[in-house]
Amino acid sequence: MKQLRETFQELTRFKSALVGLGILAVIVALAIYTVITIPYGKAVRLWRGGEDMWRYNPVNAKPAWINYFTPRKLPQTRVLRSEEHAQMEEETVGKTSRKVTITYQFRYTADLPPSELALVYKPAFKKKRPLVSVTWVTPDGREYTFGRITVKSVSVHGRYWYSISRDQKLVQLFGTQNVEEGLFCRVDDMKRVQKGDHRVVITAYLFEPDASIETELVLYGTVHGLAGTDHLRRDIMVGLLWGTPVALSFGLAAALGTMITSVIIAALGAWFGGYADSLVQRLTEIRMIIPTLPILIMVGMFFSKSIWAILATLLVLNIIESSVKNYRAIFLQEKNAPYIEAARSYGAGHMRIIFRYLIPRVIPWLIPSFVLAVPSYVFLEAALAVLGLGDPVLPTWGKVLSDAYGRGALFQGHYYWVLEPAFMLMVTGFGFTMIGHALDRIFNPRLREI
Amino acid sequence: MIRLARYTFMRAIAIFFALVIGIFLTIVVANMGGYVDKIKKAQVEESISMSVFTNPAYKNLTTEEKRELIDKLVALELERLGLDKPFIRLDRNFLRSRAFKYLIDALTLNLGFAEHIHSTSGSKRVWIIIQERLPYSVLLFTSASLIVFFTSIYVALVLSRRYGSIWDRLSVSLAPLSTAPPWFYGVILILIFAASLRLLPFGGFVSIPPPKNPFAYALSVILHMILPLSAWFISGIFASVYSWRTFFLIYSSEDYVEMARAKGVPGRELERRYILRPTLPPIITSFALMLISAWMGAIITESVFKWPGLGSLYMEAINSFDTPVIVGLTMIYAYLLGITVFVLDFIYALVDPRIKVGGGSAI
Repeated sequence: MKQLRETFQELTRFKSALVGLGILAVIVALAIYTVITIPYGKAVRLWRGGEDMWRYNPVNAKPAWINYFTPRKLPQTRVLRSEEHAQMEEETVGKTSRKVTITYQFRYTADLPPSELALVYKPAFKKKRPLVSVTWVTPDGREYTFGRITVKSVSVHGRYWYSISRDQKLVQLFGTQNVEEGLFCRVDDMKRVQKGDHRVVITAYLFEPDASIETELVLYGTVHGLAGTDHLRRDIMVGLLWGTPVALSFGLAAALGTMITSVIIAALGAWFGGYADSLVQRLTEIRMIIPTLPILIMVGMFFSKSIWAILATLLVLNIIESSVKNYRAIFLQEKNAPYIEAARSYGAGHMRIIFRYLIPRVIPWLIPSFVLAVPSYVFLEAALAVLGLGDPVLPTWGKVLSDAYGRGALFQGHYYWVLEPAFMLMVTGFGFTMIGHALDRIFNPRLREI
Repeated sequence: MIRLARYTFMRAIAIFFALVIGIFLTIVVANMGGYVDKIKKAQVEESISMSVFTNPAYKNLTTEEKRELIDKLVALELERLGLDKPFIRLDRNFLRSRAFKYLIDALTLNLGFAEHIHSTSGSKRVWIIIQERLPYSVLLFTSASLIVFFTSIYVALVLSRRYGSIWDRLSVSLAPLSTAPPWFYGVILILIFAASLRLLPFGGFVSIPPPKNPFAYALSVILHMILPLSAWFISGIFASVYSWRTFFLIYSSEDYVEMARAKGVPGRELERRYILRPTLPPIITSFALMLISAWMGAIITESVFKWPGLGSLYMEAINSFDTPVIVGLTMIYAYLLGITVFVLDFIYALVDPRIKVGGGSAI
């Protein structure tokens, strides 16, 4: 315990180690926060939920903070509910029918048109479907009437989604422009938004006495939340957050697991020497020839893509890793130390010497390489995900990156989508490496002198 | 020289055994799901039913009779191939088990036929497909490894001479940059230079359509190589410089170096004869390990850059579930690793004075 504290104090003398410890603390805190606020089941549901889960999010929206850095203000998603944002008028037509007029009046000041427009109808009726139509009056007084439909089968959560962006009439009318540009941009300059008040009037005819209708006008933005959204409207933040505990546990478990067995085997070989030693050496050579990544890929392809299956394979493959050679060299040196001789002379058994004296003695040498090994496994997980062998249920950084890469984020300019998981990976790697390098200088006496 | 030959021979045998066992284990892993068997069975069934249905001698048979005939022939063929027997037997009959047969097939590079992928020449033989892709991987990753290796040794020597200078401290603080693997930098570099600045191609080997003029062709290849090489370079150089610098610093504080310095041996010669020469074996070992990791890491880097080498082939095979190609490539990787280890051992023997006999004039 005392040694631990001393090590820690020594560690804080290095500036880079302090930065590394800071990064590590933030990441661990983030991981704990994530696991508490978004439990495993919820994370999986959110990530696999499909579009229904994320219906109100825009597709491929940039993170919202980007607005602080751009001169042009990008719009956020706005959901205008008829109960709150519109005036409703009702008049009776004929005997049982009623005409409901829902009038939205809203101001649009962003520098870019919305990315998508949708109308959500929440009708209540028994048999006769309401008949609706929409009139859109732009700030410069142009008037468009469209969307004359009967609200058909009610799909998601009692809501009927009508996509204004894909309205046949508007699409034909605006021709080369898309619908959002047509409604929100100036006539003389198709790239500039006409700022001002829009008026949207929805006329609904209800044919039953106790029928009713509510609407939501959804102006999808081009920015969303802290991290933006992906092609399935998912909040990338979920992936970034959940990637943290996954990366940490995978990296730590893999680094620890592969080190323990290798150290024990190296110690056994070095202690017993002779045939045991050469057996260990030959086994190390065999291990060097077995191609790790291809086997991991084969396992991912044939058996299971689960991150834990990959971890198990990695542990089995690395029962003997190539660094056994380095460990062996250290053990050979330590083997002849006086304290080992003393242990032997008081009659300690082989196993006692190996596990109580030899291995604990070299732990200081092992800690730096353990810390340095963690990021390599974190990146390995990401690499497998980029190859399409990511865990099928869990959101991880690698999977966000692979989605981005696979969906052509680079070609379409969705750089945030690539950069965010890359940033997380890089920062985590940096944290561990900085601490590892500092530890190396503390524990490695030859490095200490220089 | 005899000792050198004997040493080389012994190492060759040891590595060959390691290779055999390594490949054998790979086969066992690859076959665990029974996929290789399934593929072979399917191949047999397909080829036999094709031959029966197209053979004019069986034209007059009814469909049922043909089916029966096919079943009989398939059973015979499976028996001949040993597919009706268990995969592995750990007794006297091991030499007759299929695992052994697969091992011999793999060792003799009898890799069979691909299911979907074919070479540009149209062949479906896995070995020919691999042969076609191998040079691309060798070109890119050998040059990348060589560049990183020589640059880092040179820079490390310079830095170790100027220990404590700004450049030295900078190199130490930049070392963590090497945490990220090459494919990672590949993505970032593509984002900057291909997607954003549009200066360099996203990936591939040569522009499409390939230029007719050989000079234009070479130029196009070089343009396509810049980003993957840089990715490899950025990922490798910082850690490499850092560790070599530390290594040289440790060695330059050895007594015999101090002695030589006191004698007035000039700096360059001191470096060459008193620091580089005795540290050559570990330098070469690390170069070997770097090459090996280059072969391994190539899979992902190549697929990020769409470089048409073995790595991309691997990805294509994964995406189309082309097991024979995957198993074949795994064999090739095992061979490459084995050969690299062997060549290294050989060079090691050449430079290690404890093994070398009768060549004392070098020092």
